[in-house]
Amino acid sequence: MSAAPEIEHVDILVIGAGPAGLAAAASTASAGLTTLLVDENASPGGQIYRRITRSPFVDAAILGDDYWEGRPLVADFEASGAAFCGETQVWSLDATRRVGMSHKGRSRFVQAERVIIATGAQERPFPIPGWTLPGVMSVGAAQTVLKASALVPDGRLVIAGQGPLIWLYAAQHLRAGGTIEAILDTTPRANYLAALPLLPQFIGSRYALKGARLMREVARKTRIVRHVDALRAEGEDRVSAIRYRVGKKESRIETDILLLHQGVIPHVNLAMAAGVAHRWDERQACFAPVLDPFGQSAIDGIAIAGDGAGIGGAEAAAERGRLAAWAAIKALRPQVEDKVPPVEEILKALAGAEKGRAFLDRLFLPRKQFRVPVEDDTIVCRCEEVTAGAIRQAIKIGAAGPNQLKAYLRCGMGPCQGRLCGLTVTELIAAERAISQDETGYYRLRMPVKPITLGELAAIEPDARAVSAVVRE
Amino acid sequence: MFRRIASANAEMVMIEVDGVPVTARRGESVAAALLASGLSIARETPVGGVPRTPYCMMGVCFDCLVTIDGIGSRQGCLVSVEDGMRVSIQKGRRALA
Amino acid sequence: MGLGREYDVAVVGGGLLGSSLAWGLGRLGQRVVVLDEGDIAKRASRANFALVWVQTKGLGLPEYTSWTLRASETWEQLAATLETETGLDVCFRRPGGFHLALGDREMELRRDVLARLHNQPGAADYRTELLDHAGVRKMMPEIGPEVAGGSYCPYDGHVNSLRVFRALHTAFGHQGVDYRPDHAVTAISGNNGAFHLTTRHGEIVAGKVVLAAGNANAMLAPMVGLSAPMEPNRGQIVVTERAAPFLHFPMTTLRQSDEGTVMIGDSKEDEIDDRAHHMPIDVMMANRAVRMFPKLAALNVVRAWSGIRVMTRDGFPIYDQSESHPGAFVVCCHSGVTLAPNHAFDIAPMIASGVLDEAVVGAFSARRFARPSGERAA
Ligand SMILES: Cc1cc2nc3c(=O)[nH]c(=O)nc-3n(C[C@H](O)[C@H](O)[C@H](O)COP(=O)(O)OP(=O)(O)OC[C@H]3O[C@@H](n4cnc5c(N)ncnc54)[C@H](O)[C@@H]3O)c2cc1C
Ligand code: FES
Repeated sequence: MSAAPEIEHVDILVIGAGPAGLAAAASTASAGLTTLLVDENASPGGQIYRRITRSPFVDAAILGDDYWEGRPLVADFEASGAAFCGETQVWSLDATRRVGMSHKGRSRFVQAERVIIATGAQERPFPIPGWTLPGVMSVGAAQTVLKASALVPDGRLVIAGQGPLIWLYAAQHLRAGGTIEAILDTTPRANYLAALPLLPQFIGSRYALKGARLMREVARKTRIVRHVDALRAEGEDRVSAIRYRVGKKESRIETDILLLHQGVIPHVNLAMAAGVAHRWDERQACFAPVLDPFGQSAIDGIAIAGDGAGIGGAEAAAERGRLAAWAAIKALRPQVEDKVPPVEEILKALAGAEKGRAFLDRLFLPRKQFRVPVEDDTIVCRCEEVTAGAIRQAIKIGAAGPNQLKAYLRCGMGPCQGRLCGLTVTELIAAERAISQDETGYYRLRMPVKPITLGELAAIEPDARAVSAVVRE
Repeated sequence: MFRRIASANAEMVMIEVDGVPVTARRGESVAAALLASGLSIARETPVGGVPRTPYCMMGVCFDCLVTIDGIGSRQGCLVSVEDGMRVSIQKGRRALA
Repeated sequence: MGLGREYDVAVVGGGLLGSSLAWGLGRLGQRVVVLDEGDIAKRASRANFALVWVQTKGLGLPEYTSWTLRASETWEQLAATLETETGLDVCFRRPGGFHLALGDREMELRRDVLARLHNQPGAADYRTELLDHAGVRKMMPEIGPEVAGGSYCPYDGHVNSLRVFRALHTAFGHQGVDYRPDHAVTAISGNNGAFHLTTRHGEIVAGKVVLAAGNANAMLAPMVGLSAPMEPNRGQIVVTERAAPFLHFPMTTLRQSDEGTVMIGDSKEDEIDDRAHHMPIDVMMANRAVRMFPKLAALNVVRAWSGIRVMTRDGFPIYDQSESHPGAFVVCCHSGVTLAPNHAFDIAPMIASGVLDEAVVGAFSARRFARPSGERAA
């Protein structure tokens, strides 16, 4: 067995180096609390500011101003004295705030007074027939390789789905010299009407003008098909075409790459596995953690900030990071509370950043048929290759919820641990059984939230309780 | 599947993909390097043996699993390339060496 | 509902035990309802290790050895029948199984257990042999140097227990067995031909009632004049990604499933909260697994979970019928996977006929707990 476990102590451990994590870590470190920020990516920035500290871009205009706005956030963080560990995956977190993390094949444990989970969002699953074919990717994936590696899709490109990210990515792609065969916009007609009452507050927000400008920029150069209500990716060994429907009219476009996107949802795995309660959020159609106004969960010393606490966008994420930091500072160093920005200021900034969000949520609420697959051959669980038809069958024989379903079909048991099927499964069961998503529930998640090798696990020093539970005498 | 555009990052590293030398840019992920390699990079799943390529590029989907320097099933989108790295594409269930 | 008797039998609990019984009853043409809890439930049937295990069963109760052997011999038949009915292959395999010892001390302990079993009066011969390191290595060349040896029993095997679960529930559809999740039973009244079972979705009436609710039997049994003293404990299991087949034999703490995943388990703690999970236990189990098979070090763990074992106070099954409430039965045991064929092919017909056969299962009555301890072993 290995040497004695080196348990490192920190005041604050922040998990995830996006805007929320960067802002939180900068605040707590500036207040004199020892702060460690970890991220599974190599450099800080999170999804939106991916690789901002070492961007490959010569032409800054391609990515747009919003991207570069991340610079001061990173600069503040770097000046704050907080430590950063990249390529570090947190795979275990318990109620005592003992955190297991893996870096280059070795694990270590950190004991934190407070943990701020800032693991952000993931893209909402987009289960259509053929979405597992090579050549089909998420829009976020394409944007990530653009930001981090200056890569653009080679060959014909079709983008399908809805939400602000589609327009931002399309604009960036066009500026980078790419072309797009078509954008298949799935925003339902009814959403425009439903969102209308929320329009006035959106008009005043910073998203409004920028969004409109982006859409115009893209529309000038690209064919846009609106109100698409069915999609099917076709191909043998890789995607070769996308078939789509608008009302009764079916069409088909040949393509080499298909990018899909229908918004983002909180990435719940770490928080759920740590035992933080989650509830269905009707407005954003996803599960979100139950938190107090400062981002604190019911588990002592564990807070959640940023998109993981509910989708709010980058600016709101940073403010929520500051809010969680403020609560931590107040708890651990009340004497320096007056040296940090007053909480009223943060709350005000947060309210400003959240302005217009309700409109976006309503406008971009994805169609039911793109959340609950209609066609039985659609793969829902990509890892275990379980189709919607098999799931419906399992519900008939008695799967009352996601966990029984898992037992019947292995759905959600693969390496992604339900990240790309969990939401679909909940919504599918809820729809079939005509019960709410809350009543349906979610997979019960446990550590490790990221795979680690048996060898790495075996090299950790166990405790006495573990020895007596395993070795029979 | 992807092509490179002008980059400020000119520093190249060499990796090997199933024995074929591939140039990559320092600091990028293994999955990105594979996407830009022009090679056929689809892995075959251990369940149905069907081909897959990276889907999310942010650590969520696990469709980028590759063997890197002998260690299997690593998320290629989260590991940075390094000079001399040996990558192999996984076909079906892994055999234990 | 509530107007009359709709069902011949109500089975309380839809885990492997209740499901095997209900399936057996359904085959006999009985009208059966299975009342089960909802999605979040302590359901050992989806947390188990999937062994069909004989070696060392029955220390303290020789009848248990024979009962287990009988199950091992009929598993093939159960698997074949399920496949015919549902098209699902539950992958029952009986290559024999090992218990491995790390170091000499564990080897001594094993030797001792086997000797005590062997010396029990009335013990059935289950042909378990003790092998040293070289002997084990001949059959499993992959073992590490720390393996001192192990015991091998040709009757041991394993199965895909989740698929068994699914196959049974699928077969319910063909048999007309009514499976009802979300129907936790909170009270039972009535007697002799008309039992009334209270659930949150109303009352169910059945001629007979079978309690197969795992540890909850302790609470339900007294409602029909029975007793089921339970002492549950918690086990953790870790499971790896799928690998190409390399482990031919199942072991007490380690096995490779037909799907290729490697399951590692067998911790034991006196805890009954299955939401808690003590990570260092996974560490300890991983550590032992890698010492047994060093090659395993390269495999990724993709999941870990805790399950609560259904455990009677002395670890042996309870099969009992009520004297005060004829038609009420209680059934509970730890090894619901192993014993599934007995429940389907032996116990179910007894229940259908209305009486348990003393000659076959008399030793497993809960009356044994009323006797002063020690008498049984004598
Ligand atoms: C693919 C994608 C693209 C987007 N693009 C844009 C855009 O261009 N413009 C825009 O305005 N908004 C965009 N958004 C939304 C925007 O990213 C969010 O609003 C904002 O980043 C939220 O910040 P955050 O700090 O909460 O999370 P994030 O920025 O997501 O940061 C979370 C970090 O946590 C890390 N992490 C997760 N789990 C672990 C773990 N177990 N161990 C260690 N580290 C972990 C992740 O690697 C990530 O770096 C995008 C979202 C996604 C998902
Ligand atoms: S591409 Fe999805 S996890 Fe790497």
